[in-house]
Amino acid sequence: MKTGESQGRPWAKWALIGLAALFLGVMLVLPLIYILTVAFREGVGVFIAAITQSDALKAVLLTLGTMLVTVAVNTLFGLFAAWCLTKYAFRGKRVLSALIDLPVTLSPVTAGLIYLLTYGRQSILYPLLQRLGITIVFAVPGVILATIFVTFPLVSRELIPVLSAQGTQEEEAAALMGAGTWTIFRRVTFPHIRWALLYGVVLCAARAMGEFGAVSVVSGHLSGKTNTLPLYIELLYQGYDFTGAFAVSALLVVMSVIILILRSLLERKGDKARNAH
Amino acid sequence: MGHHIKTGLLLCLCAALLCALAACGGEDGGEGEVVELTNVSYDPTRELYAAYNQLFSDYWLDLTGQTVEITQSHGGSGSQALQVANGLEADVVTLALEQDVQAVADAGLIEDGFVQEFDNDSAPYTSIIVFLVRAGNEKEITNWDDLLREDVEIVTPNPKTSGGARWNYLAAWYYFERQGLEEEEILANMTTLFQNVVVLDSGARAATTSFVENGQGDVLIAWENEAYLTMEEYPGEYEIVIPSVSILCQPTVAVVDEVVDRNGTREVAEAYLEYLYSEEAQRLVAENYYRPCNAEIYQEYVSQSEGSVITALSGDGAWIVDAVELVDIDYFGGWAEATQRHFSDGGLFDQIFGE
Amino acid sequence: MSAARRQQRVIPGFGLSLGVTVTMLSLIVLIPLCSLVIYTLELSPAEFWETVTRARVLSSLWVSVSTALCAALVNTVMGLVLAWVLVRYDFPGKRVMDGMIELPFALPTAVAGIALTHLTTTNGWVGSLFARFGIEIAYTRLGITVALVFVGIPFVARSVQPVLEKLDPQYEEAAHMLGAGRGYTFFHVILPELRAPLMAGFSMAFARGIGEYGSVVFIAGNTPYETEIAPLLIMSELQEYDYSAATSLALVMLAISFLVLLANAAVQHRAARRSNG
Repeated sequence: MKTGESQGRPWAKWALIGLAALFLGVMLVLPLIYILTVAFREGVGVFIAAITQSDALKAVLLTLGTMLVTVAVNTLFGLFAAWCLTKYAFRGKRVLSALIDLPVTLSPVTAGLIYLLTYGRQSILYPLLQRLGITIVFAVPGVILATIFVTFPLVSRELIPVLSAQGTQEEEAAALMGAGTWTIFRRVTFPHIRWALLYGVVLCAARAMGEFGAVSVVSGHLSGKTNTLPLYIELLYQGYDFTGAFAVSALLVVMSVIILILRSLLERKGDKARNAH
Repeated sequence: MGHHIKTGLLLCLCAALLCALAACGGEDGGEGEVVELTNVSYDPTRELYAAYNQLFSDYWLDLTGQTVEITQSHGGSGSQALQVANGLEADVVTLALEQDVQAVADAGLIEDGFVQEFDNDSAPYTSIIVFLVRAGNEKEITNWDDLLREDVEIVTPNPKTSGGARWNYLAAWYYFERQGLEEEEILANMTTLFQNVVVLDSGARAATTSFVENGQGDVLIAWENEAYLTMEEYPGEYEIVIPSVSILCQPTVAVVDEVVDRNGTREVAEAYLEYLYSEEAQRLVAENYYRPCNAEIYQEYVSQSEGSVITALSGDGAWIVDAVELVDIDYFGGWAEATQRHFSDGGLFDQIFGE
Repeated sequence: MSAARRQQRVIPGFGLSLGVTVTMLSLIVLIPLCSLVIYTLELSPAEFWETVTRARVLSSLWVSVSTALCAALVNTVMGLVLAWVLVRYDFPGKRVMDGMIELPFALPTAVAGIALTHLTTTNGWVGSLFARFGIEIAYTRLGITVALVFVGIPFVARSVQPVLEKLDPQYEEAAHMLGAGRGYTFFHVILPELRAPLMAGFSMAFARGIGEYGSVVFIAGNTPYETEIAPLLIMSELQEYDYSAATSLALVMLAISFLVLLANAAVQHRAARRSNG
């Protein structure tokens, strides 16, 4: 990678690096080390036992399933929303863009609350849902919906800056040459946004695995049924099983680290491909 | 052309998603010999129901040949009640306060008269409020007035969000009232007491963690069962102090009529709660440091040692301290009245934190 | 203007993408949000006003806003440092540092809260150091700020990074040649370019901080008027089955988030116009 490192003063460089490292070290690494220390303080056996309990495994499956659906939905939405917001000019664009960002900034408690109020028993929709035999809150669909909600804009937010920086000339040229929407997207736009899209998906996946507040309001905490990993961690923690709680947390950290590493590997491969080109 | 493919693809995706959601939502009916039961409970009963569910499913298998699969849900009592009222499919609720069960009833899920449905006001076990102090009891805390001293730091959950904390609050209130104080003086004392609170956690378990794991405060006002559990987990590090006056906490159990009628689980749900009163279950209750309502079994667990400070658990498993004056919620006119007077917005508790 | 708009729509697919965007947005965000308004409408305007201006509510809002503001400021400065270090310098461990930034996203907020609380109590690893100087972190507003800094780490760093990468070092070199000092170059050449991404990151970190619940309840101590945050108050209103009070509060918080986002949108808009014009 080329860096813009010019004839700078080395002390400034190292001071800044030191500051950044100290900040991340205290704020990020130390809590992680703490989690790992507690997770292993009773030995590896206890750690393995904690993460292979049947409820823990069910929580892992639910979390992974929720994450996959969430990523699929949000990617679809992100592509359409980013395309729509950057390739066309229309009235109300700014409000639309702010509305899309809203879920990320809304308190998770509020996010859970609104799903509870919309699909819960005292909602006007409830009799209808009952008749259709659909349970949303306090069941898996509620967990998935709440997760989709809190991660809703993550993909589109990553795509929008790239798309708007790229401008519309290339697409316009393609359109004037008679290409259809799908072709334009696949041939012209997609190559530009590939890495931003990947990053958005990674963010979305990571956040979906870790979401706690909103899911905790709509899940009902049914052991082995609607408990995602973060909820299961809370359950263990409240049950004085600190080692177990931190062991499962460590598992979750490892899962997200894997996702982050995957992204980094893919990106590196992409860099190589681009350089070869 | 490409346009159509894209639209079609999109529709397929949406349809697939909806199907997935619907499939997740659907429930397979009670096929064969398996019955499912959901028990929505509050935080500290986790260990108790983990053991009891095993006991009950053995009993039910012997009796009927059916296998019961019991799903537990634990959380703050108030929020658990709220979730059941909002559609959480609970066959039975076993909550910390009658008032929380009442809230479920008010939502139309439980028929009136649930308090009389089972023995002992539908409270198969009870508990009291005690103090947990660090070993040695350096601050010499023996009773409620000690909590007013300036040098004492208290940990208790927030009565606004925690059922257990309401019992703590009312027990303290009763102590001061019994000393013949007027409302204003009691309020002044309560204000002093809450000024000494260093951490006002949102739930009973969180408060115990702040006190035990994070080393906050000199005294934790806690459920008796939480205090004994801590003694068991950390032998020699803590002592229990039983104040001269406390409150008899009656956690209420109830069958959620609307849900059991819909799921056809009334029979097993009623048996589940009924069996809590059996001798085996009552022993289990006592072993989990709840006070059993069966008088004989209660006596078996009454501790022989005198004194109101417990420094170690006795070897014979008898732990109940009988020599404590207990008031119950009727003294406060029942939960509806107590809540209205003390814990509603602008109630007495808000005045304590008023400016 | 209208001619320009028509010209923008040379690219096909406007109807489709706007349609999908608006439909998904409505289903997942807007319809559930409506229930917030519906339940709040059960109160008369006077009742609503009274509910949201109680001393306790105002103080909890103040606690949330002030701590979120502090945390967002810390994150803006540190995010800038992080982005700068990652873009401009080469040093061992750079990839690791780069990959770590998303971790707060993936870690469940509750786990973060628990770990930070354990670290910062007066007998924790970090807290005991500070306790020697008479500074308490856990169970004070400082503790809340620490938790909010943690959840906000990725926002500023990640929005500044790509812009900084694209910033042509030639600008700086030109400034240098013209005799500008390093400080002058930074404040007058680089910083203005970064204003928009800094604002974007700041507003996301701030809005996220106001609503944060999972990590804060553990570290806050939750004393009314001191360390009670607004989302906790929503929870306690819910506990009392006071849906309309809970939704009114949620609505006020929503309004604050939305204002922040709109302000950000305006800044971005201006920046985009400036760079285009």
